[in-house]
Amino acid sequence: NSSRKEGPAKALLHKATSSQIKNNAFEVKINRKKFDVLGRKSKHDVGLPGVSRSKAINKRKDTLLKEFRLKNKANKFVDRRFGEYDTKMAPEDKILQRFALERQRTQAKKDIYNLNEEEELTHYGQSLAEIEKLTDMVDSDSDSDEKGLLSAELTASNFGGGGGLLRKKRPGENDEDESQKHKSRQELIEELILKSKQEKRERQSQKEEAQELTEKLDQEWKSIQNLLVHKTPKAERMEEPEKPKLDDYDVMVRELGFEMKAQPSEKLKTPEELAKEERERLQKLEADRLKRMLGDVEENATQKQSHLSADDLNDGFILDNDDRKTLSYKDGKWNSDGGEEEGQEGEEGTGGEEEEDDEDGEDDGSGVDDEDDEEEEDEGEGGHSDLDSDQASGAEDEEEEENDEGEEEAAKAKPALSEEERKAMQEAAKAELPYTFAAPESFSDLKALLDGHSAEKQRLIVERIQKCNHPSLAAGNKAKLEKLFGFLLEYVGELAMRTPPELATVNIFIPQVYALCQLFPAAAHKVMQSLLGDSAHSMEESIEVKGRAAFPGLDMMIYLKIVALLFPTSDFRHPVTTPAFVYISQALTKCPVTSLESLSAGLVLCSLAVEFVSLSQRFVPELINFLLGLLHMAVPADTLVPPFKQQGKASKLLLLSDAEASNSWSRKAIPLTSVHRVTASTDLEKDHYRLSVLHTCLDLVKRCTLLYRQLPSYVQIFQPVRTLLAKHLPVQSYPSSLQELHREILEAIPETPSKHAPLVFEKKKPIPLKLLEPKIVLDYGKKRGNTKEERERERLKHKYKKEFKGALRELRKDTRFLAQAKLSDIMSRDAERKRKVKELYGSLATQEGEWKALRMKKRK
Amino acid sequence: MAPSKKSSVKQSEGGNSEISYKKRINTKTELLLQSRRHANDIFDVLEYLQSEKEKEVIFAINACQKIFCALLERGDLYVGQLPSEEEMVEGDRDADEKYHIFIRHRYSNCVELLLDNIGHEVFQVKEAALTALMKFAAAEGQHPLQKLEFSNHYNFPLELILAVVRCLLSGTEDMALLISRFQEFLEMDDVRYYVMSSIRDTITRVMDRNKRAVMPVFQNNVFTLLTNITIPSQSAEINNFLIRQEGKYEDWKAAKLKEQKRAFEQTWLTFLKYKLPGNMYKKVLVILHDSILPHMNDPTLMIDFLSAAYSVGGAVSLLALNGLFVLIHQHNLDYPDFYKKLYNLLDPSVFHVKYRARFFHLANIFLSSSHLPVYLVAAFVKRLSRLALTAPPTGLLIVLPFICNLIRRHPSCRVLIHRPSAADELCNDPYVMDEEDPAKCHALESSLWELKTLQSHYHPDVAKAAKAVNQPLPGLEDDLSKLLELTTFELMERDLKSQSLAVPLEFDPAGGLLKSAKEVLGVHFSLE
Repeated sequence: NSSRKEGPAKALLHKATSSQIKNNAFEVKINRKKFDVLGRKSKHDVGLPGVSRSKAINKRKDTLLKEFRLKNKANKFVDRRFGEYDTKMAPEDKILQRFALERQRTQAKKDIYNLNEEEELTHYGQSLAEIEKLTDMVDSDSDSDEKGLLSAELTASNFGGGGGLLRKKRPGENDEDESQKHKSRQELIEELILKSKQEKRERQSQKEEAQELTEKLDQEWKSIQNLLVHKTPKAERMEEPEKPKLDDYDVMVRELGFEMKAQPSEKLKTPEELAKEERERLQKLEADRLKRMLGDVEENATQKQSHLSADDLNDGFILDNDDRKTLSYKDGKWNSDGGEEEGQEGEEGTGGEEEEDDEDGEDDGSGVDDEDDEEEEDEGEGGHSDLDSDQASGAEDEEEEENDEGEEEAAKAKPALSEEERKAMQEAAKAELPYTFAAPESFSDLKALLDGHSAEKQRLIVERIQKCNHPSLAAGNKAKLEKLFGFLLEYVGELAMRTPPELATVNIFIPQVYALCQLFPAAAHKVMQSLLGDSAHSMEESIEVKGRAAFPGLDMMIYLKIVALLFPTSDFRHPVTTPAFVYISQALTKCPVTSLESLSAGLVLCSLAVEFVSLSQRFVPELINFLLGLLHMAVPADTLVPPFKQQGKASKLLLLSDAEASNSWSRKAIPLTSVHRVTASTDLEKDHYRLSVLHTCLDLVKRCTLLYRQLPSYVQIFQPVRTLLAKHLPVQSYPSSLQELHREILEAIPETPSKHAPLVFEKKKPIPLKLLEPKIVLDYGKKRGNTKEERERERLKHKYKKEFKGALRELRKDTRFLAQAKLSDIMSRDAERKRKVKELYGSLATQEGEWKALRMKKRK
Repeated sequence: MAPSKKSSVKQSEGGNSEISYKKRINTKTELLLQSRRHANDIFDVLEYLQSEKEKEVIFAINACQKIFCALLERGDLYVGQLPSEEEMVEGDRDADEKYHIFIRHRYSNCVELLLDNIGHEVFQVKEAALTALMKFAAAEGQHPLQKLEFSNHYNFPLELILAVVRCLLSGTEDMALLISRFQEFLEMDDVRYYVMSSIRDTITRVMDRNKRAVMPVFQNNVFTLLTNITIPSQSAEINNFLIRQEGKYEDWKAAKLKEQKRAFEQTWLTFLKYKLPGNMYKKVLVILHDSILPHMNDPTLMIDFLSAAYSVGGAVSLLALNGLFVLIHQHNLDYPDFYKKLYNLLDPSVFHVKYRARFFHLANIFLSSSHLPVYLVAAFVKRLSRLALTAPPTGLLIVLPFICNLIRRHPSCRVLIHRPSAADELCNDPYVMDEEDPAKCHALESSLWELKTLQSHYHPDVAKAAKAVNQPLPGLEDDLSKLLELTTFELMERDLKSQSLAVPLEFDPAGGLLKSAKEVLGVHFSLE
């Protein structure tokens, strides 16, 4: 069946052209389309099943059948001749290529550098040289009808060139005429080769000749040159002046061309622009702060960066604010007081002079900034930086002396130093301090480093520690500096707790602390939190045991103040300032005022509280309570004001012992040290102290009235203060400034409560009614190919399915084909066998016939 | 008389006395117990009771305890009315009787010395003396020294117990430690019963002698002893006796729960009848509701005391509330003007006193009734919010949810935070803070502007809590119980422990300690 089908198909393929097939209605299968879509071109509307089937069968014959035949056969022949399986190549080309390859092979074996060695030309494996020897024989062999050519051949053999044609022709004539065409090709090639060789040789000889000629010419020219000597210099002179000119110009052009283009730099900003930028920056920061104050925005991480200036590389070489100021210098000078020195220090420490002008570049070698007024200092440092060890040891001796001096200074009251002395000390200190410090590993390390130095020197040390261990310099430095912050705070606390407290030193450390805090906000807030937490914990414990606690020491006051300096106190919630608030509140409510010292301590806390809320205007009930309590102490003991009860001698702590004291009192700030010890000894001094306290107290009350004016319960809050001030406080005995304050406060608190609208709930957005219509979703059902990935996935899935089906189909066809092949094999074997049997039978039959015939003959 | 004569112990023996006194006392004890011939050795042992060395005293106490317990068991002590020693010599008695009388006299000597030793400064001595005395009491109970005159007399060494209690309730020394040691004896029902009657006796005697003046140490001892007394809750639990009585068990007062309770009640009433020092008042009130009232037969007897305390004012009144609450709640007490008084209890100090949590817990209970008149609840709400203006944050965190809860419970109080009818009219606060009668304080016509003020409180949690009144209150009440015990430190830790990622920093660079933009501290204080 299949063979029958196959037969015509194959025939058709070979014989009929494609157009014929397409026109044959029996061959064409038309795929019916379900819908007609306009404008769509379909490839598969007409199919040629016969053609495609026969194609497939042919292909299988080439591949599958061959494989099948070779199945279970280990050996096979591979024809490695060139182009053997290349059907596209013409047989002549094949032969040509093969010849060329063979020649190459033989060529490669010989000495490739030997140009003279002629390759041995052969003809049918016989050396031509040998043939040459048989010239006569050739002559005799040659045909008579081609005389001219023969002679030509002769010449060729004699001269050794151009005779290829003839040599080829000769055997062609002799042997096979039909392969003439082939021969002519071979001849052509040989001719080509010979030609090229000849050309090569000619070129070589020409070149040699030319060289010889030029040499000769040169020699001749030299002999003539002397004759021309007189004229040439002039010509040269004419040329010479021109050349440099050109060069100059060229150089210029080139230089201009190659010169580094000046980098566009930021233009030097005018003070107005700077001010504007600064203002914008501050406005932005303020807006952030307000947001946080209202508590409706979670702070974002970028905020902490925003304080840095635009050209801060965030590498810390430039310290916070002072660097911003360096931008604002004008005429080579910039106006600043403390920051200038610090900024300068920063440059020296790093050895970089970033903001200096070009002129200063020349001086770079000396490594000195000569812009400033502190030349002595620079010299000292510049000189010192080159010093070697022995001089350093000398410095150490000096340092020891300095230590002693420092101790003496510490023993004396520090602020007593005059400006000159301080300056001198400063210089001395700078001349002695080493430049690098290892970061302290513990608090005692830091203490050991700092102890015995003057305040200014201590600051320098800390600053240098900070510089030497900058995070960008080594991996572990960040942790070290974070620790340094903790130690520094601890040290500050210790300074505050010394007797007498060294607050001036503390003050000097503040910029350092601030800078460190800006660098490591996370570590800083942890340290602060633990300080606050520890102190609050101990206070809580003592409250639990005794029901009250002593006022916190000066160190805690300093810490609280530092909190206000480092962190925004106006935030709605802040991990550091909120606990600090609670701490102050706790101290103000639970610590009883029993002495003049505690008066001072309480007032410090009150001032801090007022400071904390000065921006946010938040309400601190404890503050008002405490101030009221203090004022109550100034009231003569026999009068009782309602919320207070009589309580021992503390109740008249603020009562003046002598009314005359107010005449000699003049307002001056209370020293912070009075938190620990009030120096007043005489009654008059004590009275002065009391008046100062009262003044502070009244001033704070006044500030509070200003802060809380907007609160709806303003009058209710301040009513007790008002009654106390108006009715009970012995104002007449106070100095006029106090009386003035007193009057202002009374004016600020109205007697009758202000009017307010009653409370109502905030208006809410009306809740929309529930909609009863059905919800219509337009794209119902499964939505495919929404995303790119999904589409791709769908496509691949589809493709896989298609391929799978195709492969299955092909496999089936393969098996069918193989089965057919096997069947046909069997059939052919059977047919053969039948034929042979038939043959045998036939022969036997003839034999039998012959034998019978013979017998018949015999019988006859 | 006798001990001083026969003093054979030399105090100067010093070095070797360490062991020798033990040996000597031991041998004497043995001799004493062996035969009556050595009866005089008792003086030597008693001598040791007065020794200056505490070790000797303790050893002697133990020896005495051994001797007299053994003698009591043997019946070597004279039973009945004891004739004096002079009489003994004069009278014509046989040797046996004389011996008994002699021993009985030594016994009473010993008891006296032991009672003295209860006042010794070393606790070990006190403890040993106390236990020895209680041993004697047990032995005496077993072998009564008095003749049982009539059948329904119970043998209990009343006098001995009374003497011990008197020593315990010293007027000069705090006996708290010894009393706590004594507690193990108080667990015995008969001891407890008789101790209570002894206490009553002692109190009346001591207080009357002191003309009813306050005696802090004595009263403190009484209080400590009384708080150590716990009455069993069921009569079946009364089965632990120091001295077993044969028969007649049913009628014995000490064995009846009701009698025990009565004694307890009487004792407390006697104690509270006299003027108490201030802190004692508070201490009593603190334990009153859960360790006194439940053990009384008739708790209403406490009304006088409680109403007196309630009208004292301040913290004492707050504490009296608890007892009053128990009486009102469980014993049907009708207290006129209770709420008015409660209202007047509210003053700024409620936020600062130690018993704040207890007070708010109770106030929450008192005001939980939905049958309270609106004006009353409004008055409480308004007063609390006015007081909140001076409260610390921990107090505010209690009182703000409390106010919200009150408004939730009494929806007609909602006008305090939502009065849309008069939304545009400005008005003065009509509330009168000084008015004592909640009915006349016009609280219902007011609004809670104080909460509005507290919305700008410095602590974020407080501000948030105060902002709750801006919206209609959600239905569920806030749970106060967690907030009641909140301490300031815990409040602080909330912020200290919270892990915030970014910490905002101050952008104003700090130049110095007193040089910030908003400086207030630096205005008044200098660095020096």
